[in-house]
Amino acid sequence: MQELEIAKTELVSLLNTLIKECKVFAPVEQNGFITFQEIHSGSEAFLDYINSKKPPKEIFFPQSEGLFSYDLSKGKGWSVEGPSSEKKQSIIFGIRPCDARSLVLLDNVFDGQLYKDPYYTDKRKNTTIIAIGCNQPSSTCFCTSLGGGPFYQEGSDLILVDIGQKYILQVVTEKGEKLAKKHNEFKEAEDHSLSLVRDTMEKADALMKSKIEVQKVTEKLDSMFDDPFWDLVSEKCIGCAVCTYLCPTCHCFDITDEVISQTGERVRTWDSCAFPSFTLEASGVNPRPSNKERYRQRIMHKFNYFLANHGMVACVGCGRCIKECPVNLDIRGVLNSILNH
Amino acid sequence: MLNTSVAIRDIAKKLLDEKKVDLIIGFEKGSVPLRSTPCFIRSTSEADRLIWNVSCENNLAKYLPKIKERVAIVAKGCDVRSIINLIKEKQVTREQVFIIGIPCKGMIDRRKVEAKLDGKEILEAEEEDDTIILKGPNFKETIKKEEFLHDSCQTCTHRNPVIYDVLIGDKVTEDQAVDEYREVKDFESKSHDERWQSFSDEVSKCIRCYACRNACPFCYCQECFVDSSQPHWIGKTTNLSDTAIFHIVRAFHIAGRCVDCGACDRACPMGIDLRRLTKKMEKDVKELFHYEAGISLEDVPPLATFNPDDPQEFIMV
Repeated sequence: MQELEIAKTELVSLLNTLIKECKVFAPVEQNGFITFQEIHSGSEAFLDYINSKKPPKEIFFPQSEGLFSYDLSKGKGWSVEGPSSEKKQSIIFGIRPCDARSLVLLDNVFDGQLYKDPYYTDKRKNTTIIAIGCNQPSSTCFCTSLGGGPFYQEGSDLILVDIGQKYILQVVTEKGEKLAKKHNEFKEAEDHSLSLVRDTMEKADALMKSKIEVQKVTEKLDSMFDDPFWDLVSEKCIGCAVCTYLCPTCHCFDITDEVISQTGERVRTWDSCAFPSFTLEASGVNPRPSNKERYRQRIMHKFNYFLANHGMVACVGCGRCIKECPVNLDIRGVLNSILNH
Repeated sequence: MLNTSVAIRDIAKKLLDEKKVDLIIGFEKGSVPLRSTPCFIRSTSEADRLIWNVSCENNLAKYLPKIKERVAIVAKGCDVRSIINLIKEKQVTREQVFIIGIPCKGMIDRRKVEAKLDGKEILEAEEEDDTIILKGPNFKETIKKEEFLHDSCQTCTHRNPVIYDVLIGDKVTEDQAVDEYREVKDFESKSHDERWQSFSDEVSKCIRCYACRNACPFCYCQECFVDSSQPHWIGKTTNLSDTAIFHIVRAFHIAGRCVDCGACDRACPMGIDLRRLTKKMEKDVKELFHYEAGISLEDVPPLATFNPDDPQEFIMV
């Protein structure tokens, strides 16, 4: 297929066209930070950003989600209702390659061989992902250490490469190709534009300063479970869920019932292994009784267990946990400590 | 000119050499510009990691309730007041804690700095006496520290540690003229609907990460009310009712104990104005019970005791 490009001045028009066809999620500025929201006009999209505060996983895996509700009040026995299934097509526009990759990772959990979560898959299969590659990775980014990159393709249907006045379009999947062909805001790319793509990508790669040998971390972790290392590295952690909730790959959840008299709803809400109650058993026993066991779990799960179970390290190197941790517990520092241990 | 970092290292080494403490809790260099991070020092060779600068914003008193060892702690004015309260609440003994007090002129709010730079990333920050030089890709900018301090620092009336075992540096002048409740009074003057709308808008940003709770030295309950399943006091959803209840109840739980250190506000990843509630609590406690938290080791916290002449206009008309 002929290479395509789109002028930045045409973006709003493209988004407005897409909005007529389906739900469009894009980065918007709200309360002083960037968040992915459904937009109703192309001009709402805010693309001059490094990354969103919250990861776009919440589009497929919302923080609070009703699973079903029941009503006994009608006096005729049970009536149970699940949420209506998502028929409408969606597009996530302006996602970063690390976050797009995180969705592939989450598919292992919510759309796996054994278990398919309809609340997730329903939305996921109807969504097209249009990413914008990162010309200027942040100093806290380390996606290349995890096998990703500023223009990494897996997880996206289309990737836009910013070469100044326009974006060059990289088609990744058939789904993406179909969308591109359908919209004449995409024009044939000029020959000289394509060499600019190569330059842009090289410059971005050169800016990626953090490099960690994650494979060696995984190997080392195999024999570190009982190491006193964990007491020291977890000492300053305050056990909140900032890293968990802002992480594009974290996916643990709790299920509770919200009941008012004769009606109720079963809800799924995000949960964090950092919380003491996460592993608290009905007997009162807690297999992870202190912060040390819980922090160890975070690292072991992401860099060892998840790899063994699903073939991917459960981290995409987006750096949100580094930026927002209240005590600046830097995961890159922890990984390097493991390597040097 | 005193180099505070060096002075802290010296006292740390002395305390460890003389076996007066087993552990020093202080700050070391952070992994990104304008940040420092808590560190736990147990040997003189590690003590050179200790630093002091305008990014030492955490309240290290948070770590005291779990500590069994004799500990020295680097503490600025607000942190010391937290320690006093923790001693009164019997979470730590006075003998257990060696307070390395630091008179403080305020800590930098890096979110205000980021807002000023309009999203440009800071790659280097150099602190001078009154300014900070910020450098990033294609820019260099100098800012005045006093213009970018945390809100709680701007209205601080206890910059000097109230008690200490050693004081590093000279005492700084306290700002007696500041109206620390100006923003609370502004808020109080609004209508009921305006206040509810403003409060709802603010807490709607909440992602229930509990960073505020976990950063607070006074949130040390073995089981927090939000984690209770029997009874299930509050829901885990991010619905406004659940989230609002969390913040309101937490504010009441720390009323009379909160010293306005700002740790909750600084920890929040969503930039919620948490001090709006806590500062109001502080003002109410002052007006109703003529009590200021964390000033004296002797006085009894008003919500932990009862006097027959406690105000009760809300019961008796």
